[in-house]
Amino acid sequence: MKKIVGLLFASCVLLTACGNPGGGSGGGSNKDTSKESDTIKIGLNLELSGAVAAYGNQEKEGAELAVAEINEKGGINGKKIELVIKDNKSDTAEAAAVAANLTTKENVVAIIGPATSGASKAQIPNVTKAKVPVITPSGTDDSITVLNDKVQEYIYRACFQDSFQGVILANYAMDNLKAKKAVVIGDVSSDYAKGLSTSFKDTFTGDIVADEKFNQKDKDFKAILTKIKDKDFDFIYLPGYYEEAGLIIKQAREMGIEQPILGADGFSDSKLIDVAGKDNMNGIYYTAHFSEKAPASDKVKQFIDAFDKKYNKKPSSFNALAYDSVYMFKEAIEKAGSADSEKITKELASLKDFDGVTGKMSMDKNHNPEKAAVVIGLKNGEEETADVVKP
Amino acid sequence: MNIFQQLINGLSLGSIYALLALGYTMVYGIIKLINFAHGEIYMIGAFVGYYVTNQFRLSLIPTLLISMTICAVLGVLIEFLAYRPLRKSTRIAALITAIGVSFLIQSLMIYFIGADTRPFPQIIENTNYDLKLFTISKIQLIILSTSIFLMILLQMIVRHTKMGKAMRAVSVDPDAAQLMGINVNHTISFTFAIGSSLAAAGGVLIGLYYNSIDPMMGVAPGLKAFIAAVFGGIGIIPGAALGGFVIGIIETLVSALGFTAYRDAVVYAILIIVLLVKPSGLLGKNVKEKV
Repeated sequence: MKKIVGLLFASCVLLTACGNPGGGSGGGSNKDTSKESDTIKIGLNLELSGAVAAYGNQEKEGAELAVAEINEKGGINGKKIELVIKDNKSDTAEAAAVAANLTTKENVVAIIGPATSGASKAQIPNVTKAKVPVITPSGTDDSITVLNDKVQEYIYRACFQDSFQGVILANYAMDNLKAKKAVVIGDVSSDYAKGLSTSFKDTFTGDIVADEKFNQKDKDFKAILTKIKDKDFDFIYLPGYYEEAGLIIKQAREMGIEQPILGADGFSDSKLIDVAGKDNMNGIYYTAHFSEKAPASDKVKQFIDAFDKKYNKKPSSFNALAYDSVYMFKEAIEKAGSADSEKITKELASLKDFDGVTGKMSMDKNHNPEKAAVVIGLKNGEEETADVVKP
Repeated sequence: MNIFQQLINGLSLGSIYALLALGYTMVYGIIKLINFAHGEIYMIGAFVGYYVTNQFRLSLIPTLLISMTICAVLGVLIEFLAYRPLRKSTRIAALITAIGVSFLIQSLMIYFIGADTRPFPQIIENTNYDLKLFTISKIQLIILSTSIFLMILLQMIVRHTKMGKAMRAVSVDPDAAQLMGINVNHTISFTFAIGSSLAAAGGVLIGLYYNSIDPMMGVAPGLKAFIAAVFGGIGIIPGAALGGFVIGIIETLVSALGFTAYRDAVVYAILIIVLLVKPSGLLGKNVKEKV
């Protein structure tokens, strides 16, 4: 009996230990072969299956729409764009392996993705070695572009970063909701949520009456919620992704916790409403990159129509960000006059007043776009308010 | 902190673990196999419930019955295809096969229906009942009462039916049981059927409780239920039920004390302590193994 249990533990440990395939040994760049080809190969390294598959699939749609538009109008400098789409299974190690594969085997000139911060960071060593520029459409973690005060040379993003979101939400709570007492319920297993927590706490000047933590894949939050229920607070700050956030919102509202709940762009997925239930989605606020109600530029309407025509639905933030990412590469390639990875990288760094559907943006020296954010408020699962918040 | 409220939360969670742990413990009791595919049967149970309620708009009881029946058949099928050919092999061979079956079922589900989380249809209008000391929701009541009902039913089957007697006989000595005219294969199949149907019930109930199901949902509860079974004394039916409830309550209390991030670690630590102090589990008797 004892032996079997011991054996089992050993096997469990081994099984988990085996879960991480080596990050891929990409390196030797032989892109010269693709330089003279008549297409421009852009890689997509996206979460097409796994825990956050919803993000990846939406970005794939957005990117495909942009590429279809560009190719229809004759491509970039007369060359058509060819997308090389790979699934990283929402796994950080897999994301690194995909990046190695895209840069060494597929010889892409640029990469879009992954959608999440952890996966985006995991691919940095491989793309840096291969000197291929990357735009992550929605990786908001600050340390993606700047690590230990050093700007990552080949990494850019199309979205704002976590520290910015945390600041916006703290200000929104204080200014728009006039709230003074916060409860923080934060995911401790993702860099994304940790970054959001830190910047919120640094900005919020009111009291934080409780600071609770949870892990990704948790399903039962009743213990935490029971604990905070009788405390005196004005709102819950909930940095996390939609799966857990949906469950927390559902369980909180069912227990009679009616205070507003604030979250970041990890909320912006319809699965959040599916899991939480429409009736429970009241007083939910989150930062978004894009809202139809608060169009950031004239291009938005044209984008919404085109998207609706192709997919028969309304575009989401993730659709819009990936769409913008493709156009950012287009502008960089046009300015560079060639699809050479190094030249594209240089042009991206000096991108100025780029007119995207998620707003007008210029790259700052840290490779983060300076742009406005939208805070969306939900009532019965429907978008009720959308306030543009300029940096 | 409202301790009674936390106990109710813990009991609701624990009753699901208990339902799962019963399957582990029965299978172990009868053929000394840790059926690692058990968590996946729980997941399939939840998905059958999902399709049945979505397609036919059935209420809870028919949904439970259909899901339990389908999973019972699946359990028997897995035993027949994967474990029976290995019955005379080493225990480790059967164990590794069980892990393999578990991964196979996960992968097949991801391949055919995708890895996305799905919302479970809300067939029960949830309301809260305020009982002064604590509030309990309708779904929590349903979970508690269904699992306690099923546990009592199981105990009746094992104690008072012919099949139950056969199960007990086979668990003591399969060869002797066979000599006494008991069909060992049928008895083992029956054990798998019952264990799997309990897991399916757990799956449907958890779908209803959390409103979110996905193909990987069986992994963590499967492991926790296994711990619960070992905790209570693997092979002992009341032990599994007790272990399930205890693990559920411990988890909830650890979260309530503010250590959510270390919840699983605490559960494992307690298991290790129990195994060090009383290796046969809470309700287990120390039996010397014959050499």
